[in-house]
Amino acid sequence: MAELTFSLIVMGISLFMLLNSAAVAVYAERRIAAFIQNRVGPNRVGPFGLLQPIADVLKLILKEDVTPTLGNKALHTIAPMLPVFTALITIAVIPFGEGIYITDINVGVLYLLAVASLGVYGVTLAGWASNSKYSLLGGLRAAAQMLSYELPMGVAVASVVLFAASLSVVEIVDSQEVWWNIIRNPLGFIIFTVAAFAEANRTPFDLVEAEQELVGGFHTEYSSMKFGMFFLAEYMHVVIASMLITTFFLGGYHLPFAGLWLPEMSPVWKGILDVSVFVAKTGFFVFFFIWVRWTIPRFKYNQLMKLGWEKMLPLAILNFVVIAGAILLYNEFF
Amino acid sequence: MLEQYFPILILIGIAAFLSLAFMLASKLLGPKRPSTAKLQPYESGMDPLGEAKDRYSVSFYIVAMEFIVFDLEIIFIYPWAVRYQELGIGTFWAMMVFIAILTLGLFYTLKKGSIDFDLRRVPQNRPDIKP
Repeated sequence: MAELTFSLIVMGISLFMLLNSAAVAVYAERRIAAFIQNRVGPNRVGPFGLLQPIADVLKLILKEDVTPTLGNKALHTIAPMLPVFTALITIAVIPFGEGIYITDINVGVLYLLAVASLGVYGVTLAGWASNSKYSLLGGLRAAAQMLSYELPMGVAVASVVLFAASLSVVEIVDSQEVWWNIIRNPLGFIIFTVAAFAEANRTPFDLVEAEQELVGGFHTEYSSMKFGMFFLAEYMHVVIASMLITTFFLGGYHLPFAGLWLPEMSPVWKGILDVSVFVAKTGFFVFFFIWVRWTIPRFKYNQLMKLGWEKMLPLAILNFVVIAGAILLYNEFF
Repeated sequence: MLEQYFPILILIGIAAFLSLAFMLASKLLGPKRPSTAKLQPYESGMDPLGEAKDRYSVSFYIVAMEFIVFDLEIIFIYPWAVRYQELGIGTFWAMMVFIAILTLGLFYTLKKGSIDFDLRRVPQNRPDIKP
């Protein structure tokens, strides 16, 4: 019972943090984009424009909700709910600190992969239900792109599982107490990060909503908070992708080589330290996502598919085989 | 064992409630002033031409089918990755053979041109451009 109470408290705080971090990410994106392009960015609402996301959400809620007459009304309504839903339930198995997690299931990695692959439904259904040519093309592109990049992502995660010898996310983080996976498995880190960009539909892989060719892509026909939910979900997926990169490759809440030098601490201080380290790493990767978006131009669609199937997937499989062999040799001789 | 999944159930409930609440907020608070032009699909200001649900490239279907095949095979790798350090060298070679067949299949389908989104049409008067 005490355990359930604790996990409910963690759930409440982390849901609150996740929803707010999406708003903060929107603000950060606009400010950083402005900085990179030598503009000012939003700076009118509140101090430094910090209240801009709240003003945006309020405006979106008070706008008219237009459903195209020829589209499929039920699917058009359900589609924006799916990305928000999947983004919110991903945090169930991510450990934020030592002993600080909502739940620890022994198939946590499979849960994460299963939930991540649900995200494609929202985008594809939105494209299908709008009955608009731009939307349909955007939805189709999204389906093919997200399916393609799920394979290298899955193999990269499998190479992480090799080190931990467990599918529990908590044990994967524990296995990195001394050596982070980014040091033991650098190629896997790069493959996972690139695939995460494609899964979150971020530049250079944002073919799904390429403005120049597809207007708004899959959300051309969406208005008011229905559009806002897609927008919110995109930034929540960025935050969650950053959390997953941190968890799988940067040792989660561990400081570098923490197992070697970190002294014993009282549980409260350790908890505060762990959560701040985790938030700092996640924050860095959110910044990295934004930085890349305003630096690198977009791929062409055939280049995107070629990169996924002809380069990333064979490379990921090669990386997996080499690491499996290396661990076996290491166990044999040491 | 199963009580570990109970928090996930609660979280699913909260997530479903939150996404419904967002949806209802704009449904209830937004104005409603529909007009024929507003409800038409957007086509850059023109009247929409034909049905949107037209035929599209078969490559999308092929990608989806290939995804199912390879994703299933990757799922088979996971249980092995968890236990192989205890199972020893025999299962290692067995898995290597499995992965070799998988990779061979991948290269075969690529060679057959399954992931082919390149533009096919060459301008008539430019034979020097290869498709």
